[in-house]
Amino acid sequence: MSALSLFNYWAVIGLMMLGYYCVIVRGNMIKKIIGLGIFQTSVFILFISAGKVLGGSTPILREGVSVYSNPLPHVLILTAIVVGVATTAVGLAIAVRVQEAFGSINDDDLDRLGYDSQDEDAA
Amino acid sequence: MKDNAILVIVARFLIPLVMLFGLYVQFHGEYSPGGGFQAGVLFAAAWILFVLIYGLETGLRVIPLRVIYSFACLGVLLYCSVGLLGVILGGRFLDYQPLLASPQAAQQAGIILVEFGVGVTVASVVMMVFLQFARRRALSQAAGLELDQEQDRS
Amino acid sequence: MNLTELMPFSVLIPLIAAPLVALLPGRVAPWLVASASAISALAIAVATWIGVSQAGVLRYAFGNWPPPIGIEYRVDAANAFVALLITAMAAIMLIWGRATVNREVPERQGAFYALFLLAVSGLLGITLTGDIFNVFVFLEISSLATYALIAHGGDRRALLAAFRYLIMGTVGATFLLIGIGFLYIMTGTLNMVDLAERLPAIGESRALQVGLAFIVVGLALKLALFPLHLWLPNAYTYAPSLVSAFIAATATKVALYVMLRFIFTVFAPEYSFSALPLAMAFTVLAIGAMFAGSWLALLQDNLKRLLAYSSVAQVGYMVLGVSFGTVLGLSASFLHLFNHGLMKGALFVAAGIIFHQTGSVRLDSLRGLGRVMPWTLTGLALAGLSLIGIPPTAGFISKWYLISAAIDAQQTWLVVLILLSSLMALAYIARLVELAWMQPRPADAPQVSEAPIGLLAPLWLLVLANFYFGIDTRLTVGGATAAAEALLGMGG
Repeated sequence: MSALSLFNYWAVIGLMMLGYYCVIVRGNMIKKIIGLGIFQTSVFILFISAGKVLGGSTPILREGVSVYSNPLPHVLILTAIVVGVATTAVGLAIAVRVQEAFGSINDDDLDRLGYDSQDEDAA
Repeated sequence: MKDNAILVIVARFLIPLVMLFGLYVQFHGEYSPGGGFQAGVLFAAAWILFVLIYGLETGLRVIPLRVIYSFACLGVLLYCSVGLLGVILGGRFLDYQPLLASPQAAQQAGIILVEFGVGVTVASVVMMVFLQFARRRALSQAAGLELDQEQDRS
Repeated sequence: MNLTELMPFSVLIPLIAAPLVALLPGRVAPWLVASASAISALAIAVATWIGVSQAGVLRYAFGNWPPPIGIEYRVDAANAFVALLITAMAAIMLIWGRATVNREVPERQGAFYALFLLAVSGLLGITLTGDIFNVFVFLEISSLATYALIAHGGDRRALLAAFRYLIMGTVGATFLLIGIGFLYIMTGTLNMVDLAERLPAIGESRALQVGLAFIVVGLALKLALFPLHLWLPNAYTYAPSLVSAFIAATATKVALYVMLRFIFTVFAPEYSFSALPLAMAFTVLAIGAMFAGSWLALLQDNLKRLLAYSSVAQVGYMVLGVSFGTVLGLSASFLHLFNHGLMKGALFVAAGIIFHQTGSVRLDSLRGLGRVMPWTLTGLALAGLSLIGIPPTAGFISKWYLISAAIDAQQTWLVVLILLSSLMALAYIARLVELAWMQPRPADAPQVSEAPIGLLAPLWLLVLANFYFGIDTRLTVGGATAAAEALLGMGG
């Protein structure tokens, strides 16, 4: 088993690190959401590449096909993609409202606005 | 953008095709690749293209926001009521066997109905996500809150 | 309809009611339907509990597809116990919350209640399902609904709290998904019982170890286990009162339950505790949570944030019970899970009433409030006693069992630490009592009056439940022991 035969895992790990780094380091909310999207996508690839059977056909019933890829990961990931889209939509919606309420979506600016200070009373 | 002849002609050609393809994916989903999610997104994409070309007001005159919102809920309700129908007819939740006498026909009917609910919900939710962002921009532009650079782009 | 056929409807009724509620206009109809569906979910959860205590395990295959292929709900004493807590809290909170929602979320209440029902049914789905991918889906349903609910908070900082929770919660859920992926790749099944059968055959495997690690870390994020609790204080502080009260009473508990389900049922406890240094890690993190949480709670000047930090500390107690890996320790965890739901529910309900009447939950505004709003503040103080663990309250029972479990596991030094951190809880509750009764009401304080009976009754119901379960422990201790035995019995 050469290192190349596991290249799907390397791709997954690379994307995962990239996305997670983006989530941690970027101060901009939109960029954080983009990072989160990349992070989630890497997991989708992990699932889908695990469902591939070498030499297998598409999992559709027809003549002359006996070896086919596992369709279950695709179905699972379809659900996970929908979840991911919903997360992105909610995240972006909150970002839009933060922009309206604070005038910025940058962590540094928001910290300066005193997000964690308690002198602003609950309205 | 409805003054640009190329865009309008291409959109007129493309939008019905995309919608038709969406319906094809929807109603062939039970035994070939396809289904409610994909079809819903395709259908919504066609509508979003329409809005991009003809503007938000025209788009909302075709389908008002309230209707989209109701469809999103009704799709889920269709899904759930098909599920409940199985229970009422003596099976389990989302059990299609009791729906019809022949088991194959019952499975097919059940899946088509459920996927139709999924499709309606997905299409309207995607439309609504687009709409809420687009409308917000229009609203804040009207209120004079929009940033300069974004006005330049439009 | 027998009980097995009825069981999944505690998830389905709120799920079906949610789109219906979203369509309803006005303020009364959505609330009515939401409350009715929560109460019927509670009734079904009670029936399920009775059924489980008779039959042991209830199984329901969706669409009549047998389990390894289809999704099944598999309920034993552990799920039924947690489901009982969730539905009871949802029903009480919804009945209580109407006035607070009218004040805090004046518009589009249909959508608000629909989101609330989605959060409820998501949490219940996580609890009842026997399929690990289904756990992820319901986790995301409840989480997404919770993010949106928190963003409804009146304070603009609620948006930032919701966003931070969204980022951390999604990372946690994605970690869980990675772990599920590893399990699926190694075994080819997603059913919990199937996994429990197939995993021992694989034996020592790095992939399983990594999978377990991802699952534990991901759920620890959802559980707000110290030091992964950063999202919790602001989320609880700025959310609308109804949402704070409900998620404080249930959300972290459900995450704990799923974590236990993975550690003890899907993986056998012998495997989990030898593959990863879980006992060690949980002990250290639990002690960290107990002290850091209590210490930070002492420093707060906002009532809701104080209670939120106290939740971080209380999660520590629950995880400490798990770290022993014994039936006694696990039952102490489950007991505290239930009791903490009761007391935190009561405390956040009291905080919600104070916010509703005075418009503020800052500690300054509590000054002398005990004489103006005696019923609310007495409820707060009595629930506080339960939080400290003074007999005869539910909190005392769970601390008692935790201490017995520690002695039983021959970790007597932990008893000292548990008592020390309880003293810290005493300090912050005493501070509240001191502010409310010993201090005079400032002359420029706004005129407030006692809350109406409709708000007080649910509070007192919860407070009295704290005392009732401190005296009559048949349901709680019996349930927790059955839950612990169910978890340990199935995997072994």
